[in-house]
Amino acid sequence: MSMAAGLETLHYNFTGTQAVGAFAPVLVGVVGSGNLEVLLEPSPGPACRFEVQTSARGFGNIWEAVLRDFHSRHPLAGVVVAIHDMGATPAVVSLRLAQAAAALP
Amino acid sequence: MNGALPGRISYAECSARERIARLFDAGSFREWLPPAMRVMSPHLAQLGVPAAFDDGVAIGEARLADRRVFVGAQEGEFMGGGVGEVHGAKLVGLFKRALRDRPDAVLLLAESGGVRLHEANAGLIAVSEVMRALLDTRAADIPVIVLIGGANGCFGGMGIVARCADQLVISDIGRLAMSGPEVIEASHGVEEFDSRDRALVWRTTGGKHRFLVGDCDQLVEDDVQAFRDAAVRALDASRPLTLQSLQDEHAVLTQRLRAGEGAEDAIDLWEGLGIAHARAVPHMNAEQVRTLRQESVA
Repeated sequence: MSMAAGLETLHYNFTGTQAVGAFAPVLVGVVGSGNLEVLLEPSPGPACRFEVQTSARGFGNIWEAVLRDFHSRHPLAGVVVAIHDMGATPAVVSLRLAQAAAALP
Repeated sequence: MNGALPGRISYAECSARERIARLFDAGSFREWLPPAMRVMSPHLAQLGVPAAFDDGVAIGEARLADRRVFVGAQEGEFMGGGVGEVHGAKLVGLFKRALRDRPDAVLLLAESGGVRLHEANAGLIAVSEVMRALLDTRAADIPVIVLIGGANGCFGGMGIVARCADQLVISDIGRLAMSGPEVIEASHGVEEFDSRDRALVWRTTGGKHRFLVGDCDQLVEDDVQAFRDAAVRALDASRPLTLQSLQDEHAVLTQRLRAGEGAEDAIDLWEGLGIAHARAVPHMNAEQVRTLRQESVA
């Protein structure tokens, strides 16, 4: 969709060293104005994969910086992180990711 | 913040999932169609709005004081708790499963502005299906209990759904009505209803008002434990849905209409209904209002 109103979908892949193994999916946050929900699920392989869907288009560089920063502090492996975002600030995104990581076994 | 007294956890400030975790017996909730299954709205993405993994409602079964109950909890922070196609279908499924499996009760932790306008027709149909499923459940002698205490209140179609239930529990900051304050102001003008006058909004739609006029059965403080205690009490206070109970309801409404003749404000209505100290009600806490209703009825 080329309309400015459309959603933007972003994908990032990092290689992690902290293998998480099997775990029950973790959900934190809510899709609301300036907020986001983060769903962590196990996935095979050493990657930590991020799938971002956001209503705020054109912030790919900032997403990459925020997610890279998270991954440097939590180098998770075998995890897929799905995000639904409604214009959360980078600080809120970082907090939600840390909250989700804290809920892992 | 609102009603967050020492030692209390504000029900209004909890998310739908936090309410489930704190209200029911610890660790007893088992969710159906959980977020990881991604049963989401098929409509929102086309409008540039991100969907939610659970479409804004969590459903499942849990235990309450060791009784088996079914639970639906709406998330007010996602689209104001608006009922879309999937959201409504999950609630309908909850009630239909109750008809099959016969739990001790179905609890609906309602927080909603009504139909999700992005999914207008699908949402309207969904709300009407929820009403039908709820009434089918009651007709099968399975009580339905609605709890209202979220910041977004319970409005529109969900306001009607709530009044279809056996038992209603509301907090003093909870709100229950058909049209929301902004809607009334937009259609009838600020002279009729000033949606920014918070005291007026709560006098007209708030928990104390709904409790005093008899629309809600229990009034509690904004406290998760108070909601839990009230929900446990409501488990065995079921009201059979009969012709007699409907006729009684109509008699109450007729009486209310007469008592409110010429009333300019909710306070006039309370006075008309014989509530003593009606003018002091806005300053009372939940316990004082409970005592007041008991004395006025007696």
